[in-house]
Amino acid sequence: MAAVRAHRVLPGFGLSLGFTLAYMSLIVLVPLSAVFILTSTMSVQAFLDAVASPRVVASYRLTFGASLMAALINVVFGLLLAWALVRYRFPGKRLVDALVDLPFALPTAVAGISLTALYAKNGWLGQYLEPVGIKVAFTPLGVLVALVFIGLPFVVRTVQPVLEDLDTEIEEAAASLGADRWQTVRRVVLPTLLPALLTGFALAFARAVGEYGSVIFIAGNLPMISEITPLIIITKLEQYDYVGATAVASVMLVASFILLLIINGLQSWSDRRSARGL
Amino acid sequence: MQSSIAGWRRRLAYGAVTFSFLFLMSIVVLAQATTILNVSYDVARELYKDINPAFIADWKAKTGETLTVNQSHGGSSKQALSVIAGLDADVITMNQPPDIDILVTRGGLVAADWRKRFPHNATPYTTTSVFLVRKGNPKGIKDWDDLAKPGYQVIVPNPKTSGNGRYTYLAAWGYAFDKTKSEQVAREFVTKLFANVPVLDGGGRGATTTFTQRDVGDALVTFENEAIAISAELGTDKFEIVYPSISIDASAPVALVEKVIAKKGTAKVAGAYLEFLFSPAGQEIIAKHAYRPRDATVLAKFANRFPPIKTFDVEETLGSWADVQKKHFADGGIYDQIILKK
Repeated sequence: MAAVRAHRVLPGFGLSLGFTLAYMSLIVLVPLSAVFILTSTMSVQAFLDAVASPRVVASYRLTFGASLMAALINVVFGLLLAWALVRYRFPGKRLVDALVDLPFALPTAVAGISLTALYAKNGWLGQYLEPVGIKVAFTPLGVLVALVFIGLPFVVRTVQPVLEDLDTEIEEAAASLGADRWQTVRRVVLPTLLPALLTGFALAFARAVGEYGSVIFIAGNLPMISEITPLIIITKLEQYDYVGATAVASVMLVASFILLLIINGLQSWSDRRSARGL
Repeated sequence: MQSSIAGWRRRLAYGAVTFSFLFLMSIVVLAQATTILNVSYDVARELYKDINPAFIADWKAKTGETLTVNQSHGGSSKQALSVIAGLDADVITMNQPPDIDILVTRGGLVAADWRKRFPHNATPYTTTSVFLVRKGNPKGIKDWDDLAKPGYQVIVPNPKTSGNGRYTYLAAWGYAFDKTKSEQVAREFVTKLFANVPVLDGGGRGATTTFTQRDVGDALVTFENEAIAISAELGTDKFEIVYPSISIDASAPVALVEKVIAKKGTAKVAGAYLEFLFSPAGQEIIAKHAYRPRDATVLAKFANRFPPIKTFDVEETLGSWADVQKKHFADGGIYDQIILKK
């Protein structure tokens, strides 16, 4: 025991671990376990009825599908944005940089209302989109638009610092060793950014899955078509069906947790891969 | 330099002392005045903003006591849940009896016979579901039948989350049922009507926004008071109200939260507050806010605002609210079935 202690450079390991565990329990685990405790009062049949009715299943499809898609879109365009913000100088750069954070700061309901106003058939964008057959407001596409909006800062803000640390000299070195531009991006830049991109993806996805305020205004909320799972939960609460609501919430929690675990796994895999130097 | 810092410190200290003194005084003053809390549904905000000062003045004239009346508004089920969870409401004013019944069944906060405690089944006013159409009524919408025709779009708030939406659904059901006395026909009718609904907003106000601001739909079905308020707010040159041949009686129930008033000792004030709603003065404020008053004289005074309309009562026609709730709106109920079919 003493020998193990002697190896630690930093003191206070026991104290900080104890504090971390206590704090995590208080802030995260206790509220979440309440969900499972309440759910466990249900019979298996009642649980299945609550979480596997066609309407609820359709909402999982929409919530998880649109969230994954929105996170993917944000990874692509968030990377582009971060790249532009880090590597180039242009007038108004600071302004753009500050704008990226706006979706963080804006109350989600405001975002939802303005997006709906924009994409409704009499809105600035909607009036041009609807005549060519693209309906955004009050369709699943609207859900996707709202989720892309709220998820953007997560990717930009996780990729940006890593990109800033990535010296252009490394790229120059790659070029001098005979790599063409595409090879440099694929073999040098992207592997370095991959962990940050995965983190950004996970954050954007997690946020999108739980999002309610901004989506609810633009979704249209039609059963089987554009109802998100958080709305199903709210609906059950409105009917005084606490237990049913927590049952659906527990399914969502487990599904999100598994997906986040997978993403974390990917991340450590990519870390190991880049540590091996490919 | 030193002395100026000391001076600042002194001033700060004086400031802090004065501030805490005033703060304590205000707490003492607040604690002395009797305070009651009215927990209510979302769109009654404007009504009670006018009722409260009138009642405070009335109470002061009668007893000399200064009152504070606080109000809290939100989605009605959410509000009821807050009271169950311990929000100290003296009175609860809702737009649907189930949201008060739940306080009887959960925790016995309200007396089981709350309907008998005040006149008209404890409902100081009523309203009904009407149609709002665009100016000139371009699609010629006259009655419920028109809303269920193919090619028509109707805006209705979500019956799952909104009392307004539930009343609309039941009004349409009641219309078809009244004509044919057949549940099968009523069911087919509401199926067709809800197939024409392109957006389900969470509450009445959301549906209003979708119809009036986003330009979606040929008709909005909402409460008469909301329709009158929209016309007043957005101009009668844009929308007009259509009264169907028959609609639903949407009476707004009120009740005392017995457990809270016993604990706070506010039974007398809270009772007087609800009685004030039934008084001529209260009824007049109610009528001004476009709700149909119970008082015949007040109703006559505002007759041009409230054209006569045939209405039916939910509990008389369709059975108790508890049964209606379970049969139509519970998970897997008729509403869920018809909306899955479309």
